[in-house]
Amino acid sequence: MSESQSSQTAAPASDANKKSAAIPLRFLAPLLIFVALLVLFFFGLGKDPTELPSALQGKTMPAFQLPVLGEETRLVTDADLKGKPYLLNVWATWCPTCYVEHPYLLALAQQGRIRLIGMNYKDERDKALQYLARMGNPYETVISDADGRLAIDLGVYGAPETFLVSADGVILYRRAGDVNERIWQDEIVPLLAQAGVTAVSPAEGQP
Amino acid sequence: MMMHAKRLQSVLALCLLLLVGKVWAEIDAYPFDDLAQEKRFHTLVQEFRCPKCQNQNLADSNAPLAKDLRDIIYAKVKANESDQAIASFLQERYGDFVLYRPPVKASTMLLWFGPALVLLIAIASAWRWLRRRPAPSNSPLTEQEQARLKALLEGGKPS
Repeated sequence: MSESQSSQTAAPASDANKKSAAIPLRFLAPLLIFVALLVLFFFGLGKDPTELPSALQGKTMPAFQLPVLGEETRLVTDADLKGKPYLLNVWATWCPTCYVEHPYLLALAQQGRIRLIGMNYKDERDKALQYLARMGNPYETVISDADGRLAIDLGVYGAPETFLVSADGVILYRRAGDVNERIWQDEIVPLLAQAGVTAVSPAEGQP
Repeated sequence: MMMHAKRLQSVLALCLLLLVGKVWAEIDAYPFDDLAQEKRFHTLVQEFRCPKCQNQNLADSNAPLAKDLRDIIYAKVKANESDQAIASFLQERYGDFVLYRPPVKASTMLLWFGPALVLLIAIASAWRWLRRRPAPSNSPLTEQEQARLKALLEGGKPS
């Protein structure tokens, strides 16, 4: 027994001595793989697994013609919104995160940092109007997407979602989840700067 | 006895309720022109992933969005749109994510060929490892070894 063991351990050692260059790689490879996985997992950790990559970034806003919430005879089209960049915010009273997001939208509107267009998504008209009356209305216009067809054209899969649309109607950015100060500063402001809007223009038609 | 019967009844009622819940998921009744059309619809809704629930296909999902997408696919099947057209309709909006079989392109290369690559690496390293093992030596013993063997053999014997 002891003889066979000693011969086994002796052989690879002499083999390894001959090919000294092969040793480091053999021992380093698992370590390298481990480090690579560590890096991969570390960057994966911060990601929201439910967040989908946006298929519409860089494309033009889909064409639509939808009524204004509470003023159903007035119709708004995609062309009507052009002229200045805006945030299209998809919200609903059935969406808990929308309540969390709402105060920040109000702040954005009050400081006149950007035009906000609301898109009331598959909601009950009266509930939606009460929501705005009770919590304040940060939007320049609220369009009502009652059957959710525009939402599907925008690739919306939940609420809230927010799209940054350029003055000529190109979708620059999409955020699935709430917009907050961090998102505004880190993700939206740089894009606005790129689009040539350095000084944020005051929103029009704000009360 | 009465107690047992009552308990059995409530268990049965619960089972029934659960069954009803299962049936609700598949209740949208779509009228079709023919069987082929119906079959095509059912194949299609199973081909696409629900963007909302992520681990279910459009057929299985109870999400309102899945229902809306089923309605759209139904309308498109009725309008005789091709499978390709329906797939690109969804893909344009929700990305490759909605496809259970994403297209082969730069960003999906790893997904498609990663497992095969790992298998190849594993086979290659196993092969190398097997070949590296020293072959049993057939060379005759040296004089010194012969002497040591002799000594061991003789010394080990109880006299």
